[in-house]
Amino acid sequence: MSKVDEQAVAPVSARKKKNNDAMHYGSKQSLTSIIVKIFLLGIIDSISVFVGMLLIAQGQFWATVVLGAATLIINWIYLRKGGIAAKYLAPGVIFLLVFQVYVVFFSGYISFTNYSDGNNGSMADALDSIQQAAVVPVDGGPTYDLKVVKNEANGDLEFLATDYDTTDVFLGGTDFSKEPFHQITETDGLKIGDDGYAASVDGFKTLTLDEISARGEEITSMRVPISADPAAPFLITTDGMSAEQNAIDAVYDAKTETITRLSDGVKFKANQSTGFFESTTTDEKYETGWRVNVGFQNYTTIFSDETLRGPLLGILLWTLVFAASSVIGTFIIGLALAFLFNSEKLRGKKIYRALIILPYAFPAFLSAYVWKGMFQTENGFINQQLAGLGIDPIAWLQQEGTARWAVLLVNLWLGFPYMFLISTGALQAIPGELTESATIDGASPWQQLRLIKLPLLLISLSPLLISSFAFNFNNFTLIYLITGGGPAGDATLPVDVGGTDLLITFVYKLAFKGGQDYGLASAFSVLIFILIGTISYLGFRRTRSLEEMA
Amino acid sequence: MTTAEVKAMAALHPQKKKSFGRWFREVGWRHLVAWVVILYAIFPILYILSTSLSNDGSIQNGTLFGAFNLSNYAELFTSKDYPFLTWAWNTVYIASIVAVVSVFMSALAAYAFSRLRFAGRRVGLLSLILIQMFPSILGLVAIFGMLSTLTDFLPAIGLGTHAGLILVYLGGSLGAGTYLMYGFFNTVPIEIDEAARMDGASHAQIFFTIILRLVAPILAVMALLSFIGTTSDFVLASIVLEKQESLTLAVGLGGLIGNPFSKDWAMFSAGAVLAATPIVILFIALQKYIVSGLVGGAVKG
Repeated sequence: MSKVDEQAVAPVSARKKKNNDAMHYGSKQSLTSIIVKIFLLGIIDSISVFVGMLLIAQGQFWATVVLGAATLIINWIYLRKGGIAAKYLAPGVIFLLVFQVYVVFFSGYISFTNYSDGNNGSMADALDSIQQAAVVPVDGGPTYDLKVVKNEANGDLEFLATDYDTTDVFLGGTDFSKEPFHQITETDGLKIGDDGYAASVDGFKTLTLDEISARGEEITSMRVPISADPAAPFLITTDGMSAEQNAIDAVYDAKTETITRLSDGVKFKANQSTGFFESTTTDEKYETGWRVNVGFQNYTTIFSDETLRGPLLGILLWTLVFAASSVIGTFIIGLALAFLFNSEKLRGKKIYRALIILPYAFPAFLSAYVWKGMFQTENGFINQQLAGLGIDPIAWLQQEGTARWAVLLVNLWLGFPYMFLISTGALQAIPGELTESATIDGASPWQQLRLIKLPLLLISLSPLLISSFAFNFNNFTLIYLITGGGPAGDATLPVDVGGTDLLITFVYKLAFKGGQDYGLASAFSVLIFILIGTISYLGFRRTRSLEEMA
Repeated sequence: MTTAEVKAMAALHPQKKKSFGRWFREVGWRHLVAWVVILYAIFPILYILSTSLSNDGSIQNGTLFGAFNLSNYAELFTSKDYPFLTWAWNTVYIASIVAVVSVFMSALAAYAFSRLRFAGRRVGLLSLILIQMFPSILGLVAIFGMLSTLTDFLPAIGLGTHAGLILVYLGGSLGAGTYLMYGFFNTVPIEIDEAARMDGASHAQIFFTIILRLVAPILAVMALLSFIGTTSDFVLASIVLEKQESLTLAVGLGGLIGNPFSKDWAMFSAGAVLAATPIVILFIALQKYIVSGLVGGAVKG
């Protein structure tokens, strides 16, 4: 069938190939089409200019260049004569490039990095967050009585601190360049309270205890540096009434790319191949790292890590079994139903058909939840029915064996109406003359089915069966919503491997749960892509050879 | 045998009565099998319907329809915690935009692949199929990263916005749609184009006034399938959308049932029934066209 159509198109392709397609189509453009074209391009260009301005304002140089180039190309495609194909393909291709091609390449790139929850930014980001976290009190440093005061000129909060030992009074804010930490005396308008510590100062309003507790979080996160040196100690408070000098424990030397931990003098050198600051003497390191290229390390982990090998093979095998048995099971039921209903004498076909396709019409994510509810151990509908038969409740989704049967049963339910629909469609597309002539030749109905209809059906449906396999191989929604990949497997493994985990749910958990190891997850993604692409390619090629045989 | 022949034969032997045994061998067993299958097909749906009418979200003693209580439905529409109507509206308008725009873009591309000959046509078609094989869940890292970058300088289409979600859906819907539609465009005889071209029609005129009209039913089916697909998406929407009032039905309803058999499970059931009903009705009413939409590309292409 497909060949006939191919031929209908092919001669045209031969004829047209050499010619400029403008010659074949009316070359005069109507006024309306020109106006519409200019109007649409105008809209696109003005949006592009608007976005471009925003990008420039934020210093996004390369993004602006890409945007400008894209806009120019779009205008060129639609304004030039000829190149008709590009005019039709451009809108789709743009979306495809941004949301699919880019995504595939980005995942490919990430698979060669150590991108994860701990290594998600640049080295500067990592250093920043390490220094934010590594704060220690200055040994033997002064402690202060504290009044939190509000600068009446600009509303900023500042510290009014009295050294407990010397009773010197200091005032300063979080930004040393604006509100430097400096000593003040009565001449600056300082009032000393009954306790001998500073109480207030002119131009500032001292916060009451209520006000302090109302803005507690803001006040405890304030850091008031005592000098302009970025490595200098700073005052912090935990209660809003006293303050102490703290300092960043991690001092960074840019020249040697080394962090020195002041408290014990241990040095941590930046390792550009692992993306961590690692101790030069012990095997200690800072947990926060940055993103670096790690080459094939993620792939090596997948293929050579002894602890992963067994579980991974288990998942792969189950994924293949799940996808294959889903396709075969649903197809057999669907096909049988299609033959069953392909009888002129059967009455009520319309109603039957409407009821049978209900599972397919019902939104799949809802079905998954419904089945999950029915499989509940306590009060689940299925166990309730079993109880009626005197059978004890079964923990369907909590044991690997029953959970696997359960998800297969659900997937069968979800998928067989689709197979029924496509088999019916394909069955009706078989020309009546074929069966008629077979009948005249004396073929029995069973022979007709086995020797004529089935092979024809398989040819026309193979591409859909292959797609169905690919779909079920990656049937994330079903597994994730019903079992979440569970029941949980061996807890001693470094990765979370559940009893019903397909590769895709396993990778999802790898990327978005727990360690958030995007690098490793992306490496898996790339491998799954290659695997499923190869299987599909081989499948499609086999279809073509089937077609040639027919 | 065709229908006409069967009728003709029946007319020839009007008085011949069939025995029950013969009737069962020929037709009866088909009814029996059909009912067994139907039972399997509809009992989960009866179950959810029954739960939605229950008092506390669980079925008492395993008996379906033991209660008839519409309060779960009433609560859906009045609840302040769960803005069901807002979710429904969000879903409808997002899915509609995606359906219309993606079908239009797919039709444009399919026209080029079917009717025009250009360098890279075969490669283009193959890449379309191949790129579809990349599991979209695994692209989440990239999509999330891209949207959060966008959030920084174009918050209108960044994370948490419907516009951003629509763009992501559009990007993902293109490949399969184009390939299916390519199959349909091939079934429209090329002579029609040629005749129009002789009369001086431009390619745009042929596309908009001839081809699109001829395949209009298919476009409608594709739009419907796309609509259903978008409505059912759970993963992308749950990653992009954040605020309770911006959720789609899939994400919103999913959030209702952290705890099965609570009061929320009953509300979930009611919401599920309401959300599914229009889709099911559309589906069954248009099943003939949907079948052609599903197989057409493969059977005829």
